[in-house]
Amino acid sequence: MRFYEYESKALFRRHGMPLGEGQVVNSSAEARAAAEAIGGPIVIKSQVLSGGRMKAGAVQFADTPDEAAAKYDFVLPIEVGGETARSVLIEAKSPVAHEYFVSVTWDGRRKLPVLLFSDMGGIDIEEVAETHPEHLSRTHFSTILPLSERIAKEAISSVGVSGGDLNRLVPIVYKLMQVFLQYDLTLAEINPVAKLEDGSFIVLDGHVDMEAEARGDHKKLLAELGIGDDETRLARPPTEFELEGARLNAVDHRGVAGNVVEFDGNLGLIIGAGGGSLTLFDAVRKHGGKPANYCEIGGNPSVGKACNLTKLILGKPGVEKIAVMMNVVSNTRVDIVARGVIKGCLEAGKDPSEVITIFRIPGAWEDEGFKILEKYGVEYCDRSVSMYEAAGRAVAKL
Amino acid sequence: MSIFITKDTTFIIQGITGREAVNLTRENLDYGAKIIGGVTPGRRGRDVYGVPVYDSVKQIAEAHGTPDGSIVSVPPRFTRDAVFEALENGIKLIVIVTENIPRGQVAQMVELANLRGARIIGPNCLGIISPDEAKMGGMGGPAANTRQAYTKGPIGVMSRSGGMTTEIASTLTAAGLGQSTCVSIGGDAIVGTTYAELMPYFEADSETQAIAIYSEPGGRMEAELAEWVKTNNSRLPIVAFMAGRFMDEMQGMRFGHAGTIVEGKEDTTSEKIERMEAAGISVAERIEEIPDLLRKRMAEAS
Repeated sequence: MRFYEYESKALFRRHGMPLGEGQVVNSSAEARAAAEAIGGPIVIKSQVLSGGRMKAGAVQFADTPDEAAAKYDFVLPIEVGGETARSVLIEAKSPVAHEYFVSVTWDGRRKLPVLLFSDMGGIDIEEVAETHPEHLSRTHFSTILPLSERIAKEAISSVGVSGGDLNRLVPIVYKLMQVFLQYDLTLAEINPVAKLEDGSFIVLDGHVDMEAEARGDHKKLLAELGIGDDETRLARPPTEFELEGARLNAVDHRGVAGNVVEFDGNLGLIIGAGGGSLTLFDAVRKHGGKPANYCEIGGNPSVGKACNLTKLILGKPGVEKIAVMMNVVSNTRVDIVARGVIKGCLEAGKDPSEVITIFRIPGAWEDEGFKILEKYGVEYCDRSVSMYEAAGRAVAKL
Repeated sequence: MSIFITKDTTFIIQGITGREAVNLTRENLDYGAKIIGGVTPGRRGRDVYGVPVYDSVKQIAEAHGTPDGSIVSVPPRFTRDAVFEALENGIKLIVIVTENIPRGQVAQMVELANLRGARIIGPNCLGIISPDEAKMGGMGGPAANTRQAYTKGPIGVMSRSGGMTTEIASTLTAAGLGQSTCVSIGGDAIVGTTYAELMPYFEADSETQAIAIYSEPGGRMEAELAEWVKTNNSRLPIVAFMAGRFMDEMQGMRFGHAGTIVEGKEDTTSEKIERMEAAGISVAERIEEIPDLLRKRMAEAS
């Protein structure tokens, strides 16, 4: 879950990291006022989650308040990765002498956090890694030993930074490591942290990602930063359909019948579980089918949940029929899903035998499930029909 | 032979009185597991299907000796402490069923396990099964369903999806290929044991003749496996199934398991397929192709 730059900086500021003067604005009048308050050259930065702002022209500079207001209007409509500005950040433009890069992330192979540091900041770090590997250090650190400044010192000094610069950088990098662990971040990055002409250091741009699983542990911080529970902060904002799916899934705690993602096809999918859904979605597309949605059934959802999910998908504009498919299930009861899906069809005023193209959920309680399906004339199959084949049968009915 | 567990493996269930854990207890006992105790604080003296419940792992160890393993099935907030408790009481094999644990906590558990010479499977997994020997976890569900899907034989299975482990085993069984041991390694970004870390165990197991894996987008685990295979000159042919190919077009979106989010080019399925194929791993387009590919690769190997 990605933070906007102004949110990342708000988090850094709380932890005493050095930041320049700045203000989030939402109109050209506010931009002018902010520039007046700062006095002197300023930077106007579009607040988007996507990278590539500078290239897209969504970062501009101004010398006067009038120019700042004009640049606000200029930056606001610019699309960066298909996204326009949520708001605009106005900051004092600092006289930079040198730029550094620092980032903390997880290394899934070593299963440890890794601190990346470079004295070639401000540019694409992948490029530095390729062309100047000696200017990029990677330092893994423990999650069970007390965090210490030693790690920061090692990371910074191993690219050759010494003297007063080293000693001024260590606390900034150390604080970034603390923030990373304390808030369950998956990425905490400053690019660049700048040495100014007067010898002081400030954070010029920051980027923070929080692990979605940890949101519940950091409610207070998220509320204070103004990040709402309905903000998924994925590559695109959630649709109404997806928000409704999440709401229906939260109605009771039994199992999962949700994780709905909207697509624009005509075949509604009621599929599961985690890996099975990925497999089935691929299979439907391979057969030339057009999914109306992605979703996941997992654990042991109640009849009500399966019913609500079915109604939601059947009610989506453009959906002609649905397919109900899972891998061989271990702990999901086939009969409960069957009952829920049929109830959903009936409540939506549809004939289950018409609207369900195929029901392929083999596993525990399948005989009981198949009995119900037979009663309503729904086509079903057991594990002798592969997931791929079942998807093909579904697509063929459209 | 099998890896990790046999008929004689003893284990406990932490969080045994929880709804899912009660089912697990039943299913594992029915499959022949030696469950010597369970833990739920404050419930000492009760039993779950005849398995005595204690307040702590220490009490079980004192009463019955240190078990070989533990299944941890407690809510996410309590998982780290439960795993630490198991590790500090000398348990060497831990299956974490719980999902939605932030990876910082998983990293802590793994770090302590490494210090204690213990192995963690999961989190967010269904555990381990060695057909006809034992199972430790939720793989296959009720014992009767488990026996239907899983049969004994030469194929080792490793999977980032619990459900797809059973789908693959069931497909192998239908094609007359049994399994030596199947490991559901978990769907999170950081897991206790990766494909590459399982390989030396399968390599050393005389029963295992080939490997089938279920793979998906996200993370560097497939790249790690490809490297392992190349540098260790593995005797075992590997066939991989890659799900979630549609996600390549949708970077930054989240589908399936927590670990699937594509954060960079290396995380995409096309990149993974390329790396695996370059290392001599066959990649199947469909699950039903796996048995024939395995047979072909085993024939070539012998």
